[in-house]
Amino acid sequence: MKRFAKLIQQLELSNKTNDKIAALVDYFNYADDKDKVWVIALFTGKKPKRPIKSALLKYWAIDITETPEWLFAESYSNVGDLSETIALLLPPAAHTSDFQLHTWIEELHDLEGKTDETKKEFILNAWNKLETQERFIFNKLISGNFRIGVSNKMLVNALAKQSSLDSAQIMHSIMGKWNPYEITFHELVNGIHVNTDNSWPYPFCLAYALEQEPEKLGDISEWQAEWKWDGIRGQIVKRNGELFIWSRGEELVTEQFPELHFMIDVLPDGVVLDGEILAVQDKQVLSFSTLQQRLNRKTINKKQLEDAPIGFFVYDILEYEAKDFREEPLSERRKILEQLIGDLDESPVMISPVINCSTWEELAALRQTSRSINSEGIMLKKLSSHYHSGRKRGDWWKWKINPYTVDAVMIYAQKGSGRRANFFTDYTFAVRDGENLVTIAKAYSGLTDKEIKEVNSFVTRNAIEKFGPVRTVKPELVFEIAFEGIAESKRHKAGLALRFPRILRWRKDKKADEINTLEDLRQLLQSTL
Amino acid sequence: MALIEFTKRGIYCKQGNFYIDPWWPVDYAVTTHGHSDHVRFGNKYYLCHTLTKPIIKRRISEDLNVETLEYGESINRNGVNISFFPAGHIIGSAQVRLEYKGEVCVISGDYKIEDDGITVPFEPVKCHSFVSESTFGLPVYKWQKQEVVFNGIRSWVNDNINQQKTSVLIAYSLGKAQRLIKNLAGDIPIYVHNSIANLNEVIIGAGVNLPETIRITPEITKDELQKGIVIVPPAMRDSRWIKNLSHPVTGICSGWMQVRAHRRWQSADAGFALSDHADWPGLMEAISATGAEKVYVTHGFTAAFSRFLNDEGIEAAEVLTKFGQEDDEENKVDLAEQNENK
Repeated sequence: MKRFAKLIQQLELSNKTNDKIAALVDYFNYADDKDKVWVIALFTGKKPKRPIKSALLKYWAIDITETPEWLFAESYSNVGDLSETIALLLPPAAHTSDFQLHTWIEELHDLEGKTDETKKEFILNAWNKLETQERFIFNKLISGNFRIGVSNKMLVNALAKQSSLDSAQIMHSIMGKWNPYEITFHELVNGIHVNTDNSWPYPFCLAYALEQEPEKLGDISEWQAEWKWDGIRGQIVKRNGELFIWSRGEELVTEQFPELHFMIDVLPDGVVLDGEILAVQDKQVLSFSTLQQRLNRKTINKKQLEDAPIGFFVYDILEYEAKDFREEPLSERRKILEQLIGDLDESPVMISPVINCSTWEELAALRQTSRSINSEGIMLKKLSSHYHSGRKRGDWWKWKINPYTVDAVMIYAQKGSGRRANFFTDYTFAVRDGENLVTIAKAYSGLTDKEIKEVNSFVTRNAIEKFGPVRTVKPELVFEIAFEGIAESKRHKAGLALRFPRILRWRKDKKADEINTLEDLRQLLQSTL
Repeated sequence: MALIEFTKRGIYCKQGNFYIDPWWPVDYAVTTHGHSDHVRFGNKYYLCHTLTKPIIKRRISEDLNVETLEYGESINRNGVNISFFPAGHIIGSAQVRLEYKGEVCVISGDYKIEDDGITVPFEPVKCHSFVSESTFGLPVYKWQKQEVVFNGIRSWVNDNINQQKTSVLIAYSLGKAQRLIKNLAGDIPIYVHNSIANLNEVIIGAGVNLPETIRITPEITKDELQKGIVIVPPAMRDSRWIKNLSHPVTGICSGWMQVRAHRRWQSADAGFALSDHADWPGLMEAISATGAEKVYVTHGFTAAFSRFLNDEGIEAAEVLTKFGQEDDEENKVDLAEQNENK
C-alpha cells in the first residue's frame, strides 16, 4: 500500500500529463500484478463493494478521537473530504506495517455480512497500522472515489507505454465488463475477457468546441453537419441475441428505457450504434427538462412513460456484422447506417438528420434556429473521419449556439469542496423583482483563481449573516450568468429555473441596480414555450 | 475592569494607555514580532524585543522610535507592568505580559510550541486572561516533528538534483526562511533571494548564529542554482525569474500543506507542512499551561476554537481582527516584502 500511496501523492502533486504518465508507468513496472488490476479498477471507477457505510467510519473516528460531532463537521468543511478528515484526525499509528493493496481490498470484501462490531474492530485495527496518507487511501477504498485527475485515456497511455500493447485495444479492454477479483493483469491488458462478453461498448468519440470561424475548416463539402442534441449520449449494443444500452458515463441503462427495447428485434447481431437518448414525441425532440423526469429512476410508472416518451437519435455505427467499423470513413459508416435503419417508420428511433448546406453562411443562418427544435447547435464531422477513441482535435467539432445571459447580483456564498475547500466559490445569484431580490441560480464555475480570491476576500469582509457554511453577503457584486435554457419551476421561488447556469464574467463595471429583472426572465420563458 | 479591550485600532490597555500590535497609528505600540500584519508604520513609539528592533527598522523605517526589552525584563507604563516572554514564532517574537493591581493578562501574538532550532522556544506564562491565535485551530492540524518534515525536504531536494531539476522553496523572508536555512544547511549550497539575504544580514548583525547562504545575483549560473537549494519569498512564486530556471520545481513550506485541497489549490510541485504557528495539540497545551480563566481567540478558526474551549469549561470569546476571520498565512499581503521586491 505504501507504493500505491506514493503513486497517489505523485499524481496529486503533478500538473503535467507527462509526469503523471511517468509516475503511472513507474508504478506498473514494479507493483504487484494483483495490485495493478485494482489500480486500474479504482481509476476507472470500478469500486469494490462497500462493506461499510461511510457514516459508520465517521462515527467510529469521532468515537475514538472523542471529537464533538460539530467539530468534526467544521474540520470536514475545511478539509473538503471525509476520508482525509478522518485520516488527519486519528492519532498517529501505533505500529505501521505494509500490506499490499489487494490484501486490504480482499480483507474488506470478507467483512461483507459480518456484524458491525467485527467491522469496527477490523477498521480500528487497520487505522492503527497505517500512516496518514495510507489511511486516507484505505478510507477511500471503503467510502469514495479516486478522483485525482487521471483520465481513462491517460491510464491507457501509461499501460500502453508499459506493456507495448496498442492503446485502443487496452481502452477497449478496460472499458468492458471484468471482475477485478478474478482477472489477472495479463488477461486484462490483453483483453482476454472482451470477446466473450456481449455487452461491451466502444469508447465514445468526442468533439472539441469550435473556437474559430468555420470557414477555416475548408470546403463545406468535406464536412457532414448535424444538429447537436442535448440529451444523454448513449450506445445501443446488440450481440448474440442480447440488447444493451450504455450511457456515456459507462453506465448500463438498458432497464431505464423500455421504449428502446424493440430494437432487439430490429437490429441484427453484431451491431453497435452511437446516438443520443432524448425525450421524443412524433419525431420531435422535447426539452431536456422533459428528459430529466426519466433519468436516474429505479422504477418508471405509466404517467412518466406518457409524459416523457423516450427516443434515440442515431449518429453513427461502430460495429456491423460483428466487425469493428470505426476505421471506416464516416461517409461509409453513414451509408451502412442508412441501409440498416433508414426506415423505422413510426418508431422513436431515427437517424439524426444531416443538414444539407452548400455554404458556411447558409449553415450559420440555420444554426441560429437551433433552439426552436431544442437543439443546442451544430456538429461538424469530417466525412473522411474515423471514429476516434475519446477527444481528438481536428475531425469533429461542436459549434454550439451562444448561451442566454442575464446580469445578476451575488447574495449568498458558500465554501467549495475538494481543491476549493477553503474558499468561497459557490455563489447564489438574484435578479430584481420590484423592491426585492429573488434568487434565480447557483453557480460555481467560470472565475479564475485570482478572481475567486478576490471574491473570497469580499465575502469575508461583507458577510451579513452566517448559516452554517453559507454567508449572506451585501448585494454588490454583479456577474453575467450564462445558461442554456429556462423552464417553469414550482420548486423555485422565482417560478422558473435556469438550465446549466455558470458565471460568464464578473461585471465589475456594473452596479447592483443595473441588473436584470424577474420580468425579463419571464418574458424569455414565454418566448421559448 | 478588564486590562485589555478590543478596539478598531487593535488591542488597547486603558490603564496603561498603549496598544498591542495596533493596525492604525497610535502613540505607543507594544509589538509582538516583526511580521507586517503585527507591526505597522506610523506609531510614535514602539516597544519590542531586542532582536525585533533591527528587523522593524530595516523593514519599516530607520527613523522609528523603538524601545526594547529582553525576555523576562519589564518596564512600567502608567502603573502597568509590561514584560516579554518567548513566543517561539520567529526570531524576536514575544508574548506580552501585562500586570496591573495583581491582574495578569498575556497577549501571545503568534506562537508555536516546537523548538525550531533558531527561535527561543515558547515559554508558558501563568495569567488570568490569555489572548491566543487560532490559525490552525482545528483538530485536523497536527504537525509531524520538524525533523521528519526536514527529512522529506532533503530527500525531495536530492531527487531533484539527480533529475536535473532546480529546487525552489517558497518561504517568508522573515521567520520561515531562517528556519529552513538553519535546518537544511549542509553540503548543498543555499541560495537566497535579496529580501531574505537583507534580513539575514540584519539578523546576523544582531548576534544570531545563522549558517552561510549565497545571495542570488545575476552572476550565479542556472547550473549552480540547479545543484543547490533556492529559497524565495511568496511574492516571487509566479515570477518569470523562477520559470526561467533550469526545470524549476517549487515546494511550499506552510502548515496549510497538511491538507490535500490546499496543496492542490496552490498548485505547487510539492507541499511541506511546516508551520511557525501552533497546531491543535499545541494550542491546547499552551492554553492549559497558562491556567487562564478567560481566553480571547483571534486570527484563524476563532469560532470553532472558542466554542471548543467553552465546551471544555474554559471561558473563551472570539475576537475579530482587521484581517478578517478566515485569513491565512499565504493570503496576508506582506507589504514590506512587496516593497523590497520592487
